[in-house]
Amino acid sequence: MSQANLAVDPHAPGVMEERPFAIPSSKLVMWLFIISDAVTFGAILFAYGYVRNASPDWPTPFEGPSIWNTLLMTFILVTSSLTVLIAVKAAQDEDRARAFRWTILTAVLGVMFTALHLREWMDLIGKGVRTFQNPWGAPMFGATFFSITGLHMAHVIGGVIALIAVGLIYKAGRYSAKHIEVLSLYWHFVDLVWMFVVPLVYLMNMKR
Amino acid sequence: MNAAEKSNGMAATYVVYVVILAQAVFQVVFAFEMGPSLVLMMMIGVLQGSLAVLYFMHLGQERPSLVLALIPYTIFVLFMLNMIWSDSFRLLHMRPH
Repeated sequence: MSQANLAVDPHAPGVMEERPFAIPSSKLVMWLFIISDAVTFGAILFAYGYVRNASPDWPTPFEGPSIWNTLLMTFILVTSSLTVLIAVKAAQDEDRARAFRWTILTAVLGVMFTALHLREWMDLIGKGVRTFQNPWGAPMFGATFFSITGLHMAHVIGGVIALIAVGLIYKAGRYSAKHIEVLSLYWHFVDLVWMFVVPLVYLMNMKR
Repeated sequence: MNAAEKSNGMAATYVVYVVILAQAVFQVVFAFEMGPSLVLMMMIGVLQGSLAVLYFMHLGQERPSLVLALIPYTIFVLFMLNMIWSDSFRLLHMRPH
């Protein structure tokens, strides 16, 4: 085998050992990042549960408008998972323009999600909720709410930046469908975490 | 994967998208009507998450060895985090009311 072939595919049969799990290394690394991040979110949600359970005067401030806003945010985020899948499909079909359009649409949905989330934050801050105080009860409510939703929002913002950057580089022809696919895994994970944040942080703290 | 299989794959994706959204709506309506139930909310969350992992992230189409390398250990770590609850209840009963 020539040096040129080695440069193209270092994992070609007989050159190096086979790829672990028969997937590209970048995809494996993304999966490892996702499970470590899942445990991070798991730990922060368990910590929230610990504090909530141990506080007899835990506030339940979320009323109808907040809950409907959360449902709208869920719709936007799950829809963005669908749009990124369409982008991956277009990239696999070698349709770069279409893949780029759907990747950017996914980023736009991420921006919409973040805007709605910030509106929710501003509403709570306007009602007097701070990191360690609020008008209703257990002072740790603000710390846990802003920590969990803030960490998730940081993931969304990071994902939006990555979607735009990878989309542009892909459109320029320097990235392949594999890069869009690996990034889509991260975006689905952000969606997956939200499926646990909504019931635990919002629905369990509904005003009754 | 041929064209028909790819088409079927996207069809399944659209169905899963609708199912996940329907579950989210059910979760909210149930919470409004009956009050939030932690067990039910978590069951729906796990179901939504499993669908997302299998059909959006396509983990079901990877080698079983990858699934075995990732999922059991993650579940084990998350399961072990449950050891905090006994201390949480102790704190609740020991604090002055």
